[in-house]
Amino acid sequence: MSRRFLPLLPALTLIAMLGPMLAGLYGTILPAFGHLPAAGREGPSLEAFRALADWPGLPRASTLSLSTGIVTTLLALAITMTLVAGWSGTRAFRVLERALSPLLSVPHAAAAFGLAFLIAPSGWVARATSPWLTGWERPPDLLIVQDSWGLTMTAGLVIKEIPFLLLMTLAALAQTDAARARAISAALGYGRVTGWFKTVFPRVYAQIRLPVYVVLAYGMSVVDVAVILGPNTPSTLSVQIVRWMSEPDFDARLLANAAALLQLALVVGALVTWRLGEIAIAWLGLRWVARGGRSSGDATLAGGALVLSVTSALAIGGGLAVLAVWSVAGFWGFPDPLPASFTLGNWARHASGLNEALGQTAVIACVVTLAAVILAIGCLEAEHRHGLRLTRRGMWLLYLPLIVPQTAFLPGLQTLLLNANLDRGIWPVMLAHLVFVMPYVFLSLADPFRAWDPRTANVAAALGASPDRVLWQVRLPMLLRPVLTAAAVGLSVSVGQYLPTLLIGGGRVSTLTTEAVALASGGDRRAIATYGLMQTAAALLPFALALGLPALMFRNRKGLQHG
Amino acid sequence: MGEGLTLKDVAIAKDGVPLVALDRHIGPGEVLTVMGPSGVGKSTLLAFVTGTLPSAFTATGQVLLDGTDVTHAPPHRRGIGILFQDDLLFPHLSVGQNLAFGLAPGGSRAARRAQIEAALEEVELAGYADRDPATLSGGQKARVALMRMLLSEPRALLLDEAFSRLDAALRAQVRDLVFARAQARALPILMVTHDVEDARAADGAVVMLGRT
Repeated sequence: MSRRFLPLLPALTLIAMLGPMLAGLYGTILPAFGHLPAAGREGPSLEAFRALADWPGLPRASTLSLSTGIVTTLLALAITMTLVAGWSGTRAFRVLERALSPLLSVPHAAAAFGLAFLIAPSGWVARATSPWLTGWERPPDLLIVQDSWGLTMTAGLVIKEIPFLLLMTLAALAQTDAARARAISAALGYGRVTGWFKTVFPRVYAQIRLPVYVVLAYGMSVVDVAVILGPNTPSTLSVQIVRWMSEPDFDARLLANAAALLQLALVVGALVTWRLGEIAIAWLGLRWVARGGRSSGDATLAGGALVLSVTSALAIGGGLAVLAVWSVAGFWGFPDPLPASFTLGNWARHASGLNEALGQTAVIACVVTLAAVILAIGCLEAEHRHGLRLTRRGMWLLYLPLIVPQTAFLPGLQTLLLNANLDRGIWPVMLAHLVFVMPYVFLSLADPFRAWDPRTANVAAALGASPDRVLWQVRLPMLLRPVLTAAAVGLSVSVGQYLPTLLIGGGRVSTLTTEAVALASGGDRRAIATYGLMQTAAALLPFALALGLPALMFRNRKGLQHG
Repeated sequence: MGEGLTLKDVAIAKDGVPLVALDRHIGPGEVLTVMGPSGVGKSTLLAFVTGTLPSAFTATGQVLLDGTDVTHAPPHRRGIGILFQDDLLFPHLSVGQNLAFGLAPGGSRAARRAQIEAALEEVELAGYADRDPATLSGGQKARVALMRMLLSEPRALLLDEAFSRLDAALRAQVRDLVFARAQARALPILMVTHDVEDARAADGAVVMLGRT
């Protein structure tokens, strides 16, 4: 049975991951060119694109998408690289690494709310400095959150992307022989940062290129963070697409699909530009290396990167803290740093809504993650037994669902499901989640699975164990920790999904994330705080279990305590 | 050719380039030592015999075990045991559970436990069943790995540089033990090594591989 089924799993996984995306793109292209038979529209026509071009907000919205995406990626990459260059291997770095890793799983929406509650005119930073420093007796009339340049939105993205890029970089560093390169360049008189950028960076960047593209595409097309922190006049292109999609009128839907194609074109254009930038940087870098300079403000750069990284960690951590305070706040006047009274009334008031949303979130996340883990293990086992290995080029396929913007294919997927009358219930939502959960689960499982000593399987086979017995009794138990970690990654990715739930669920599936983001425009800070915290807890708790469970099960097995 | 392990006209090539060729019979209780510098394909030869040859290699010839052709049998049905230079004890199982994994299925719980206890006694590790393998010394681990393999009742034993990680004093001791236990079971032994001492101690035929 498994002999016939197993070799099919990689293909099945690719279909589960890429099928909805390709179908969605197809479903976006047709209505964008005026073809929507369900509404009596027959294409092709360019009407929707003409209407899009006539929308006065278009230049501004497109620019915002480009600027937030590119600035976010540049900043997050520069800070992460300089941090690793200046500090990797030191005690400060280990502390920061440990602080940043759990922050990776804090959902984008919760981090964005936290940041808003910190830096808004009535936020914690203003309260802590008023009136003694600022002189403010009441919140100043400043547009900090949702500023029209998208600066706060960019900041909200940067603080979340630094942990992501850092963990990707750490994984890449393990394969780049960085320690010896550092020793050699130090012996040749190079400063820490300069030496690292000249010797290690090119190798590391080659490994993290795809994650960097993910950050770029994500920053350009994100919806939930843009709704919470982004400008409204106009909003980013992706937010506008979602607004048009939710209008009852068919013209708006055609407009949304045309805009979705524009969004895709913008992302592709930005990626091509970025790639050209890489080539230019490589050329300049070689000249920089050839000049032989030993140091270029190394201490300043390293110090700056450390300060910025610590700040971003504090922004997320402090944001969660202020959410926690708001969730139990009674009356809280400005500029008091803490509420006058504390109450559990906020939690009680939202208990039934929270419970319901938590239930939906958990069901979706668990089913999707289980499917993703089974598919990923099946693929890796097929690779082990039959040598069906993804090539380097194949890695692109894995990253494709993370690079093609969600706003480009989810509207089309929704249209297709609507036409096929399949837009009911949570199954379509789960399928859509799987598209985004699958790559992360596979990526987090692949390295530990491939690093597993194949001679262990040879010995077990020589002992008479069948391949299935080797998998269940040897390989999976030995890899329990990475399997659980991958499951935790899957759960937290699913918990954080906003757009697939909103669009594919047709507004009828409410998770903690969709409920929290829906509260953004209302401004009820106590309600936002409870939902944001609950969302964070749902994403973080699995990680605690993934760490704790193997430690408990293998408490008497020294050989597995650092695995 | 009857009892024992026979490698009949075995030839292994990588990307079309011939690597190893061997045509030998190893009778019960005999040792065939294959020597040569690293990189000549000694371990590849053993991978072919156990059925775990990587797909980059192509092989011709047959592996016969007690007269039966096992060339195309899956690794776990061959009945050919192997010891590597690392003990490769399963870290998630206790010493006793590792042995139970190897012990051929069948028999009552009590009988199986008795067999495991007896196996531990055979290598002077009585009472170690509940220990975590990570807490054993190198020599102890090697002995557990040996007994785990023997409990699976193989009909031939392969040694892939099995003693090279052990220090000199321990090495001779473990080597003598492996030969003694395997010969007590009349197993044909195919050993690859780069150590002359191993070959001398084996006291059997020696094949030199090398770039000629």
